[in-house]
Amino acid sequence: MAGIKKFIENAGWPRIIIGLFLFSLFIMAPFVRVRIDASVSDTLVRFGMNGVMVLAMVPMIVSGCGLNFGLPLGIIAGLLGAVTSIEIGIPGIPGVLIAMTISLPIAVVLGWGYGLLLNRVKGSEMMIATYVGFSSVAFMCIMWLVLPYKSSNMVWGYAGKGLRTTIAVEGFWHQAISDIGSFSIGQFFYVPTGMFLFFALLCWFMWVFMRTRTGTAMTTVGSNPEYARASGVNIDRMRTLSVILSTVLGAIGIIVYQQSFGFVQLYMGPFYMAFPAVSAILIGGASVHRASILNVIIGTLLFQGILTMTPSVINSMIQTDMSEVIRIIVSNGMILYALTRTVKVK
Amino acid sequence: MNKKVDLLKHYLIQNAVPILFIVVSAFAIPISQFSGTYLVQEMLVRLSRNSFLVLSLLIPIMAGMGLNFGMVLGAMAGQIGLIFMSDWSVVGVPGVILAAIISTPLAIALGWLTGTILNLAKGREMVTSFILGFFMNGVYQLVVLYGFGSVVPMTNPAMVLSRGFGIRNVTNLEGIRKCLDNLMPLNIHGIDIPLATFLIIGLFCLFVLWFRGTKLGQDMRAVGQDMKVAGDAGIPVERTRLIAIIISTVLACYGQIIFLQNIGTMNTYNSHEQAGMFAIASLLVGGASVSRASIFNVFLGVVLFHLMFVVSPMAGKYLIGEAQLGEYFRVFVSYGIISLALVLHAWRRQKDRERARRSLRGAVEE
Repeated sequence: MAGIKKFIENAGWPRIIIGLFLFSLFIMAPFVRVRIDASVSDTLVRFGMNGVMVLAMVPMIVSGCGLNFGLPLGIIAGLLGAVTSIEIGIPGIPGVLIAMTISLPIAVVLGWGYGLLLNRVKGSEMMIATYVGFSSVAFMCIMWLVLPYKSSNMVWGYAGKGLRTTIAVEGFWHQAISDIGSFSIGQFFYVPTGMFLFFALLCWFMWVFMRTRTGTAMTTVGSNPEYARASGVNIDRMRTLSVILSTVLGAIGIIVYQQSFGFVQLYMGPFYMAFPAVSAILIGGASVHRASILNVIIGTLLFQGILTMTPSVINSMIQTDMSEVIRIIVSNGMILYALTRTVKVK
Repeated sequence: MNKKVDLLKHYLIQNAVPILFIVVSAFAIPISQFSGTYLVQEMLVRLSRNSFLVLSLLIPIMAGMGLNFGMVLGAMAGQIGLIFMSDWSVVGVPGVILAAIISTPLAIALGWLTGTILNLAKGREMVTSFILGFFMNGVYQLVVLYGFGSVVPMTNPAMVLSRGFGIRNVTNLEGIRKCLDNLMPLNIHGIDIPLATFLIIGLFCLFVLWFRGTKLGQDMRAVGQDMKVAGDAGIPVERTRLIAIIISTVLACYGQIIFLQNIGTMNTYNSHEQAGMFAIASLLVGGASVSRASIFNVFLGVVLFHLMFVVSPMAGKYLIGEAQLGEYFRVFVSYGIISLALVLHAWRRQKDRERARRSLRGAVEE
């Protein structure tokens, strides 16, 4: 009994409710004729798609910059890499690698500027991050129209210029990473092994990084800035580094997402993309100041599980699509919970 | 002489945003080829439509709670009032009053909720109220899209979706369209002036001025300056903040009703979302900051922001041959302005904090 109590205390009520909710959805699925294997497979695919973007939250949380609502900045770097790669037109794995290589320096530069900005606004990072994300997406809306991309796969047919709102990656690198060693069991169960391996690799990198000298310093900056200063750690430098890391992971994350999803979404597409990632890591047990790789994995599984299961199960049950409303309430409720719970440092 | 230059510099920096807007508009207006009469008429309409919503932001700023992104909750309450009103087919001014009466208790309840939550999140009120807006948007959808017509009885089948419950995407408010604006018609040189609406707005401005002088208003300013000092002085900090938010939410609710009676149709699931962003952007464009806002900022902001709003698509069309570009430009401007204002405020605050810390250490460095 004490064990259960302790578990509830550690996990927090919202997480347990969400976990039970997901569990009951899986239980109900067979009764409303929803295929379990297809649902699990969908959940797994979406887990792989979104995992890296959730992982991108970790560096900024541990360095004390809070939840990275400015993720769209990294996503923009990834989008620039993706469309440039399609413009070059090399298919398969090299295409994805080109996209990542191009987006990397862009993400570093953007993240560096973003980091410098956040260093000047300590204490209100989250609000400003949100609006940095929003304005950068709005700015890129103009750029997508103006940038001189020419490939007929991407520009509006009649005008001959300006990128389309969604661009298919089919024929370039659709599922290029996912399909490395992927396999199917039966008709409905598909496992994107490559994507998992890639995600695991990044998680491992992050895990190792957090245990290096720099990683430890970063955590110290987040948990106890005064101590960090006394130990001779350059706080601003660590914070900038964490923001760059987060932005780079956002860029890589969106490319992984696109190669599995099959489409590059431009214009207002990335506008709200930070919110699912933020709530996923919070559902996984992270707080505004503390996050681990395990939080990322559990959170993404739970959150994507709910996103996959609610439309199919609830639709079949009451013949109405309530999934959107449930998604909004669950994800924002989780963020709200985290924001009101944590005690402010300093 | 030097002092004068300094003063001028200070003035320019303080008002950088409105000045920038005036300069951009000065270029964009001739390009857009709109006539002066059209623009004046358009600005008057927009002033009457939006000012009240923007004014509702003033009181939380006074109480040091920053920009109340939670005002969308008030807007939601107002919309629910309007849904009931049009369901019962009450038209004209009585309809508007009915909608206000129905939504007031709801707005008070929602304001109380916002205030309580924001008291749990001191120091990050803005981001919390922002997320709260998103969260309540989900609840609003749950209630209006699934609850109305099934749990809450609806009498008018034209408003309900064909499946039997849930309100349609567009709610027709033809019955109260411009009823307030046309209550006291005034026409000068072919320009219609919605006198009644302006009277209400004027009354409200007087209310704000009066409120500042009351005990409660003074308490709010004290809380806004420093919560700890105010608390030590015996001011009930949390209660004061709660009241500030409740007032703001109720006013936002009335503001949304005034806004929608002018428009005449309501996007049941989108109107409230835009209300918050546009109101906040307008206020900031008017030269307000997160901690300081006046009635003058409100009116200047509404005019400048909406001037940009009207002019930029046409200017974009004539300048580059693409209206879409102007559209994106104005989206970018509204978000960019909010970002800029937030950054400037946070930056200044951090500088102040560092200066305070340095003075404690003794002024050796620098």
